[in-house]
Amino acid sequence: MRLKGRVFKFGDNINTDEIIPARYLNTIDPDILGSHCMEDADPKFAKKVKKGDIIVAGRNFGCGSSREHAPISIKACGISCVIAESFARIFYRNAINIGLPILEHKEVSKHIKNQDTIEVDLSKGKIHDNTRGNEYSTQAFPQFMQEIVKAGGLMKYIKKVK
Amino acid sequence: MRQTITQKILASHCGKREVAPGEFINARVDFCLGNDITAPLSIHEFKKAGIKKVWNKNRVALIPDHFTPNKDALSAKHCKILQEFSKKHKIKHYFEQGRVGVEHALLPEKGLVGPGDLIIGADSHTCTYGALSAFSTGVGSTDLAAVMATGLCWFNVPESIKFIYKGKLSKWTGGKDLVLLTIGRIGVDGAHYKAMEFTGPVIKKLPMDDRLAMCNMAIEAGAKNGIIAPDKITRDYIKVTTGKRYAQYVKRFKRLCSDRAAEYADIHEWDISGIEPQVACPHLPSNVKGVSMIKKVSIDQSVIGSCTNGRISDFRIAARILKNRQVNSRVRLIVIPATQKIYLQALREGLLEIFIKAGAAVETPTCGPCLGGHAGILAEGEVAIATTNRNFVGRMGHPKSFVYLSNPAVAAASAIKGRIAHPDEVAA
Repeated sequence: MRLKGRVFKFGDNINTDEIIPARYLNTIDPDILGSHCMEDADPKFAKKVKKGDIIVAGRNFGCGSSREHAPISIKACGISCVIAESFARIFYRNAINIGLPILEHKEVSKHIKNQDTIEVDLSKGKIHDNTRGNEYSTQAFPQFMQEIVKAGGLMKYIKKVK
Repeated sequence: MRQTITQKILASHCGKREVAPGEFINARVDFCLGNDITAPLSIHEFKKAGIKKVWNKNRVALIPDHFTPNKDALSAKHCKILQEFSKKHKIKHYFEQGRVGVEHALLPEKGLVGPGDLIIGADSHTCTYGALSAFSTGVGSTDLAAVMATGLCWFNVPESIKFIYKGKLSKWTGGKDLVLLTIGRIGVDGAHYKAMEFTGPVIKKLPMDDRLAMCNMAIEAGAKNGIIAPDKITRDYIKVTTGKRYAQYVKRFKRLCSDRAAEYADIHEWDISGIEPQVACPHLPSNVKGVSMIKKVSIDQSVIGSCTNGRISDFRIAARILKNRQVNSRVRLIVIPATQKIYLQALREGLLEIFIKAGAAVETPTCGPCLGGHAGILAEGEVAIATTNRNFVGRMGHPKSFVYLSNPAVAAASAIKGRIAHPDEVAA
């Protein structure tokens, strides 16, 4: 699976209150959640994102609450993938469970710049910065996680194996 | 292999004698929970997958505590989804408004979680039950849906970090100060994916309410779980709460300890003698200072409540400070007992009268302002001190508001002074 998009850069410890504030948690509608994505970090974010764009962030992305509304809003606003130095563990699970591709890479956020165009090959764990001509490799998911993603999320996977 | 308490609980739930850090396991879950924010998504996924039956109707709790009493029509709709699902699937532990409490105060109080259990909840503060020597961790809505369907959940076995607290706690400090100090020292991802094991002579003497507050905030250091081995304090607590299952829980005590030679990713041994009340400044729970280091910070609101510090001992401390004193005329003091039982106890002990006479708004149990939900939202530029657990940007309301986290004594003293204050400034 290959993805290509413009980069939106964020720093360390981007938390779920910034990704989707609690004032919007009275809905589970992905479109509404997507329209408020990252609102408290960058109020115009959802309007600027084009389908396929990619978030690149620092350490501990998605820390804080367990709200699955966070990866849902990121996916629904058009982001195709999140690359971070590290992810908070509940966000990591949630992203896989809803089928939002995520990649961990320790260095990428230091080199890739805002608005660069990058390409990501999920099956190989490769990231290519088209703007700067750099390539990065990272680990692929463990086998069973790949199967969850391949099945289209955790519930579909369970239905398959049950 | 020498194992930690966390490894032992995980091993016993996947049919193995031992498990190693980094190992992926599919574990049997004893109990799971969701609330009015997370469970509607779980129920949506559950239905969408075409699953007809809940794995075990006695081991699922649905707890409408976040936006209740229903703050608007959309929230009311979410609560209705929980109510209807509970009715259809005969969910035993559904708590209607008027009986509901803040989930992580409610479940320990009801004896639904105990030593050696494996619990998952679609709420990040599910790690609270580690205080009762359970392996307990937060997950998302889809994970909860999967557990409601199968009773199983996958885990990557975490490494553990051991914290040994030595010395003597000073006046006006407790579990909240220990955990804030810890997060301040190791950072918001200092225990990333790991188990935080709280030990040492200070923990041995620490009351259960304080232990619950400590394990509650393990997530704020990025931990998978916080845990304390069972002892006499655990035994005394569960004796009252777990009823018929008490004997069965006590039988597990012997096994529920880390082996002497168990391996740790890190060991921190700290003498905490003389630490003063700790305060986390905006906008990270790790931005921690001693209260006397914080000068001239005026506040607009003080909140005493939440799954961290909304228990009876928290209100006793606050009442000690507020008795015969007045909340500053510019400040809103909001007091929220975490459960109906705590509310009633506070009423019987005369604590609520003290709060009301001091000029506080006393509310029915709810998560409310902690997550900026309702019942105490901050305007642009406003500052709050709160006994809650997070102070991220916009957490309690406007993106340009500010939240300081503290123990109940500091929150009460600050409400009186109108600025962040040491409890010694107002009470003996």
